[in-house]
Amino acid sequence: MKDWFAGGRVLYPLIGLGLLLMFDFFFVPNFFQFEVRDGRLFGTVIDILNQGSKVMLLAIGMTLVIATGGVDLSVGSLMAVAGAVAAVLVTRSDLPVPVVCGVALGAVLLLGAFNGVLVSLVGIQPIVATLILMVAGRGVAMLLTDGQIVTFENEALVYIGNGAFLGLPFTLTLVLAVWGGALLLTRRTALGLFIETVGDNETAARFCGVPNRLVKTGVYCFSAVCAGVAGLIAASNIKAADSSRVGEMMELDAIFAVVVGGTALTGGRFTMAGSVTGALLIQTLTTTMVSLNVSPAIIPVPKAVVIVAVCLLQSDKFRAEIGRVLGRKAMA
Amino acid sequence: MSDELLQIRGLAKSFPGVKALDGVDFTARAGEIHALMGENGAGKSTLIKVLTGVYRRDAGSMSLDGREIDPAFPREAEAAGISTVYQEVNLVGPLSVAENILLGRLPRRFGVINWRETRRRAEAALARLGLRLDVRRQLDSCSVAIQQMVAIARALDVDARVLVLDEPTSSLDEQEVAALFSVMRKLRDEGLAIVFVTHFLDQVYAVCDRITVLRNGALVGEYRSDELPRLQLIGKMLGRDPTPEAGDWRDSNASAGEILLSAEQIGRRGHMNPVTLDIRKGEVVGLAGLLGSGRTETARMLFGIDPAENGEIRIEGRPVRLTSPARAMRAGIAFCSEDRKAEGIAPNLSVRENLILAMQSGRGVLRKLPLSDQLELAERFTAALGIKTPSPETPIRNLSGGNQQKVLLARWLAVQPRLIILDEPTRGIDVGAKAEIEKLVRSLRDKGMAVLFISSELEEVVRDCDRVVVLRDRRKAGELSGAEISEHRVMQLVAQSDA
Repeated sequence: MKDWFAGGRVLYPLIGLGLLLMFDFFFVPNFFQFEVRDGRLFGTVIDILNQGSKVMLLAIGMTLVIATGGVDLSVGSLMAVAGAVAAVLVTRSDLPVPVVCGVALGAVLLLGAFNGVLVSLVGIQPIVATLILMVAGRGVAMLLTDGQIVTFENEALVYIGNGAFLGLPFTLTLVLAVWGGALLLTRRTALGLFIETVGDNETAARFCGVPNRLVKTGVYCFSAVCAGVAGLIAASNIKAADSSRVGEMMELDAIFAVVVGGTALTGGRFTMAGSVTGALLIQTLTTTMVSLNVSPAIIPVPKAVVIVAVCLLQSDKFRAEIGRVLGRKAMA
Repeated sequence: MSDELLQIRGLAKSFPGVKALDGVDFTARAGEIHALMGENGAGKSTLIKVLTGVYRRDAGSMSLDGREIDPAFPREAEAAGISTVYQEVNLVGPLSVAENILLGRLPRRFGVINWRETRRRAEAALARLGLRLDVRRQLDSCSVAIQQMVAIARALDVDARVLVLDEPTSSLDEQEVAALFSVMRKLRDEGLAIVFVTHFLDQVYAVCDRITVLRNGALVGEYRSDELPRLQLIGKMLGRDPTPEAGDWRDSNASAGEILLSAEQIGRRGHMNPVTLDIRKGEVVGLAGLLGSGRTETARMLFGIDPAENGEIRIEGRPVRLTSPARAMRAGIAFCSEDRKAEGIAPNLSVRENLILAMQSGRGVLRKLPLSDQLELAERFTAALGIKTPSPETPIRNLSGGNQQKVLLARWLAVQPRLIILDEPTRGIDVGAKAEIEKLVRSLRDKGMAVLFISSELEEVVRDCDRVVVLRDRRKAGELSGAEISEHRVMQLVAQSDA
């Protein structure tokens, strides 16, 4: 329970999400309506969970990277790589789908290791190191697909992004599996402590014998795999690998989700629950806008307003200031 | 006196919880090099920062050439004629030498930079230091010594009358220091007042006319350097009487056993000259010497932070390669850094997490210490060391300095090392906590642990150590053991001249 709330930091994005859902309840018709068709649940809320799965996955990986004091800008491009690898293999070979997915994830894992080595061994600043793959990764994906959109009909691959499991979108199962895996990895072993120490005071961590470089390389690898899973979902959604468009600007959504969720960009303490909440907040906002027929061109504006509001709520200083102003008014 | 260029009287400056300067007088005279001396926390850097407009003073007066000054920021001090060259070279590497010298005041014509004039002025500024080089060169490509000269040239370009050199020699080799000194003498003869901050005694006596000593934010005194013998100077800096104590006697250490660690001529270029020392089981070995004498450097070599480049380290007779803290830990060594904040605590993590960190990393990432064991350890050490914390889950940054220090000690005691290196374990903590830590050191020794104890407090070194290795100017100056150990003897060794 304590871990879930992470010292109250998960509280603020949850409040934000709650307020937004309340708004939706009153102003968006049929927002909380559910419908069962073919043994599967449908509804706006389910849509949000399904649509938000990609950002949730990216945010889970990004949380660990940001906790070490880094950032991973390459996740959007890595989504494209994973999608491209899977689409090409499934259309041009007879490999079974689990192997195809394995190869796709293996490929992005290697690219993640490249990020990690640049940051931890070569000592390049994370924002620069991952910018390399952000730019180059999409090029690699384009090369794999010859610059074309590669479409596929393979049922198993289409299931990943469109299928239902236990009446809910299969994408949710993937999110829960990755989240659960990450929780096991960080909280059942000492990895979480090491990540937080490296982010909080890297020198102190090194002086205590914490394997800094391994930890740092590891989080970039994990973030890449998360991006790979998100990439498979994205390709499966549209039954095609669209290397030039998939995952575009999604790295920023993921970073927003993490920051809004209460993990500081300076590193240290992290909360994946917060990041997932943040991702849902962003997705709910987008869906709300679309339901209200707001033009897609101006959606970023209200989105930005909400993000700023939640970030301000996260700031101890801002809350203290607000408290003072309100207190003064009460006195007068 | 007419040549008293800069007069500071009764200067005071406080920070929350600390009185950094308390009624300090300082006088710099034209045509003199004046050393500002003092150990850690003496108030040297605060004095310089007030002088150069980084801090505002709380009380007191400063006048330059009879005119009252109160610089609010560094540019104002520069305009008044006080220029500073800081310890870390404060320049812009990718720019040219000329740009660095004139940055912020590049000559312009018709609104654009006049490069010919820039070059001419830069060359003239360097010529004043007796230096000729292509000022179009990128600063990065020059040696540290040249960069230092460029920093001085930059300081002089503003018609400086007082030049403050804050530890300018710490990264220079001997020849470079000699070159710097001849420049300093030249500038002095031109009538500049030079304030020189350094930790190297030889350098003070080589180049300075006067010495002002500060201690704990207060003025100890101002002396002519030819009238103040080294031993007296050290006594004043440390606040100890350099005359021999009568009847110093201690029992020989019965608990000392066989040699645990022996370091043979270990050194690292630019950090520490080769040094040899042995540490026995159940023995407290002190490392004494002034700030910058190589105490921390030696400790960092032994813990694999800045590994020794030459020489050999043996543990129980077997050669070991201590190339990283993780390796040193596996060899049974623990290290409590002097810089608690930068190198010790993870401020936002809890007391419990900080305490078990070294133990956990020793076990490896997979064998997580169960939470119940963690809490048990935290409880045991909080009780044993008297750590005052509201709960084991409190972030360590909320604890006082002394309690943070105890948590860090506990962190290393939990791994049951064979040798623990304590670098200034009593710095910045209150008297009660100091006594407790000294007591703890003695009890560790009695349990057979080897302790390397580094402290600037001579009193502590003499009181707690079975053997003292004295360092001076990054060399071993001598070794004292048993009854030989006295403040007087340590100071004598520190004061010896290489000449």
